[in-house]
Amino acid sequence: MFGKLTLHDIPLDQPIVMGACLGIVLAGVGLLGLITYLHRWRWLWEEWITSVDHKRIGVMYILLALVMLLRGFSDALMMRTQLALAGGGHLGYLPPEHYDQVFSAHGTIMIFFVAMPFVVGLMNIIVPLQIGARDVAFPVLNSVSFWLTAAGALLPNIALGVGEFARTGWLAYPPLSELPFSPGVGVDYYLVALQISGIGTLLSGINLITTILKMRAPGMELGMMPVFTWTALGSNMLIIAAFPILTVTLGLLLMDRYLGMHFFTNDAGGNPMLFINLIWGWGHPEVYILVLPAFGVFSEVIATFSGKPLFGYRSMVAATLVITVLAFVVWLHHFFTMGAGADVNAVFGIATMIIAIPTGVKVFNWLFTMYGGRIRFEPPVLWTVGFMITFVIGGMTGVLLAVPSNDFLLHNSLFLIAHFHNVIIGGVLFGCFAALEYWFPKVFGFRLEPRLGKAAFWCWFVGFYLAFMPLYVLGFLGMTRRTNHYDNPAWDPYILIACGGAFLILAGICLQILEIVVSIRTRRARRDLTGDPWNGRTLEWSLSSPPPAFNFPVLPAVEGLDAHWTSKAAGPAARPAAYDDIWVPENSPLGFLLAACAAVGGFAVVWHIWWLALVGLVCGLGALIASSWREHGEICVPAVEVARSDHLANVFRVNP
Amino acid sequence: MTDSVVSFPAHLRTPGTDTRGSTGRWPTYAVGFALAAGLTVASFALAQGHWLTPASLVAALVVLAIAQMIVHLIFFLHITTAPAQKTNILALLLTLLIISLIVIGSLWIMAQLHTHMVPMDQLMQMQR
Repeated sequence: MFGKLTLHDIPLDQPIVMGACLGIVLAGVGLLGLITYLHRWRWLWEEWITSVDHKRIGVMYILLALVMLLRGFSDALMMRTQLALAGGGHLGYLPPEHYDQVFSAHGTIMIFFVAMPFVVGLMNIIVPLQIGARDVAFPVLNSVSFWLTAAGALLPNIALGVGEFARTGWLAYPPLSELPFSPGVGVDYYLVALQISGIGTLLSGINLITTILKMRAPGMELGMMPVFTWTALGSNMLIIAAFPILTVTLGLLLMDRYLGMHFFTNDAGGNPMLFINLIWGWGHPEVYILVLPAFGVFSEVIATFSGKPLFGYRSMVAATLVITVLAFVVWLHHFFTMGAGADVNAVFGIATMIIAIPTGVKVFNWLFTMYGGRIRFEPPVLWTVGFMITFVIGGMTGVLLAVPSNDFLLHNSLFLIAHFHNVIIGGVLFGCFAALEYWFPKVFGFRLEPRLGKAAFWCWFVGFYLAFMPLYVLGFLGMTRRTNHYDNPAWDPYILIACGGAFLILAGICLQILEIVVSIRTRRARRDLTGDPWNGRTLEWSLSSPPPAFNFPVLPAVEGLDAHWTSKAAGPAARPAAYDDIWVPENSPLGFLLAACAAVGGFAVVWHIWWLALVGLVCGLGALIASSWREHGEICVPAVEVARSDHLANVFRVNP
Repeated sequence: MTDSVVSFPAHLRTPGTDTRGSTGRWPTYAVGFALAAGLTVASFALAQGHWLTPASLVAALVVLAIAQMIVHLIFFLHITTAPAQKTNILALLLTLLIISLIVIGSLWIMAQLHTHMVPMDQLMQMQR
C-alpha cells in the first residue's frame, strides 16, 4: 500500500532533525492559522496562487528563493560549526551519514532552489517592463513554471523529515549514486525533485526568449534593448540548450535505479564517466545561466547611479553573447583529473582561460562607466562595487584552476570550494541582492531602509572574506572538500576564522530580514510616488510603482537606448489623447494544480507507491486537458479605468 | 466578449492568444506522424533483428535518428526556408552549433578516456 514507506523512515531518534522538522511544522501551522484568522484564503488564492501576472509570479519566485536561502544557509552553518568542533580527534556533533546529507542538500538547494528561482524571478519581473510588454508571451505557462519549481523545492524539505536526502554531493556522481551504493531513497528524492523543477525552468526559458524576441515595444530593435534584457536573453538561450542535457542525464540515472538499466554502472557496458561528462555539459552553462543576469543587474545599477549611459553598450552585448557560446566549450575543466589526455585537457584549459576575456571587458566597462560619474553610494551600488572586487579575485583563482597541472593539485580541495563560492556568492548572490535593493521600490511601491541595507552589505562583504579566504589557504594545506572531521592542528585557526565569517554572514542575513520588516512597517513614509526613485534610464521607471496589472497604459514608442532617460530629457510628455481597452490574462489554477500533482506523484515515485504515482499522473493530465477547454482567457480593463490609473500615476510625477 | 478578442488591434491583445499564423493543416501532421512512427518502428526492428553487424547497426540507427529529427523539424515545428522564418533558421543554426560542440566534444573526451584508462573490469580487479 505505501511502497517502501514505513514509520521507521521518520528519524524519530535524531534530535537535530526532529527539532528542525518540529520548527518547520510549527511555523507552517502558525502561518496557515494566521491566514485563516485574517480571512485571507480567498485573497491568497485569487491574488497570488492563481495569478498569471508576471510581476506577481516573479515575486513568488524570489520569495521561494529567500525562504530556501534560509534553509541552505542553515545547512552551511551546520557544516562550519561541525568542522570548528571536529578538529584534534573530536568527532563533532554531526555523524558522517548525516553530514553527507547536509552538504548534498546545501549544494542542491543553493543552486537549484535559491540561485535559479531568484534569477528567474528577476527576469520575470523586469524583462517585460524593460521592453515595454504587457506580460510575458505565455502567462499561464509562466505560472506552471513557477509552481513546478516550487514543487521541486518541496521534495528536499520533505526529505528532511521523511526518509533521507542524498549523501552523494550535489551532482550525485555514479557509481556512488547507483542502487548498490545508495540503496536508500535519498538519491531518488534528489532526482525526482530536480526533474520536476528542471521542467519548470525549461518552460520558463522558452517563455522569456519568446517574450524578448516577439514582444518588444514598437520601435525597440534588438540593439536598443537594455543590457539586463540582453543578459536575460543569453541566459535563457543557455537554459533552453543546457537543461535538456540535465533532464536526459538524470533520466538515465533514474532508469538505472528504477528499471535496472546500466547506463552509468561499472558493469554490463555502463560507464560512470559518461555521467560526469554529461552532467557538466549542463553544469558549466548553468554557471553562466546564473551569472549573466547578475552581470545585467550590475550594468543597470552602475549606469543609473553614476548618472551616465553605460560605457561600451555594444561591447557589453558582444561580451554577453560570446560568453553564451563559450559556455559550451569548457565543461571538461570540471574533471581534468578524470583521465583524458594532455591534448584534451590543454584545449579545454585554454578555452576556459579565454572566457576571462569577455568577462574582463565587462569589468572594464563598469569601471569606465563609473569614471567621471556622480556616483551615489546607495545600497545597490555597494553590492555592485563589492561584486567587482570579489568577482575579480574569484575569476583569477578560476584562471589558476584552469591550468590542468594546477588542477591536479587543487582538484576537490577547499581551494576549489573557495573559488566557486567566490564567484557564485560574489557574482550571483551579490547581483541578486543589488537587484533586490534596486527594483524593490518598483515592485512594491516603497523604498527599503538604506542604513540597514548598508549594514547588511558590510556584514555580508566582510563575512564572505572571513569565511572563504581561509579556505583558499586550507586548500593549499591539503584539506579536501566534504571532510567530516580532521586531526591536523595547522588547519585549526583557518577553520575557526571561516566559522566566524559564517556567523558574520548570519548577522548580515538577520539585518536583511530586519531591513525588510522595518521598511514594511514604515512603508507609508517611504512610499515611492514618482515611479522613478533612482532617476533611472530604462522603461520600467516610466511606470508607476507598483505598475498596474497591464504595465503600460499606452505602449511606449522607443527610438533608441535608455528610452526613459531620453524621454525625460525631452521634457514632459504629452498625455495620450485617448486610451483603449486593455485585455489582461485571466487567473488560472492550472499551475498550482499541476504542481500539486507533480509533488504528490514525485513523492510516490520516490517511495515506490505506484498507485499514488498513477493518481498524480492521471490528475495532472486531467487538469491539463480540462484547462485547454476553457473559452475565456482574458478579461477587459475598460479604457476609463486605464485612463484613471494613468492620471493618478501622473499626478505625482515631478518633471525635472 | 469572446468575439471581440479577434477584432482587437494586435498590439492591444494579451500575448499568447494569437492563434492565426502558420500552424500546419492536419494532413501535414498525419504525414509527419506516419513518417515518425515508421522511422521509430524501423529502428526498433533493426535493433531487435540480427541482419546487420554491430558497427553497421550503429551507423543505421544514427541515420534513422537524424532522419527522425528532420521529420520533426519539418512536419511538427514547421521550419521552412521562407524569408519570414529567418529567426527560426538562425535559432536552428545556433542549436546545431551547440549540439555539435557537445556531441563532438563528448565523443572526443570519452574516446580519450577509453584509450587512457585501464578497462573497467581490470580496474575493479586491481582495486580488490
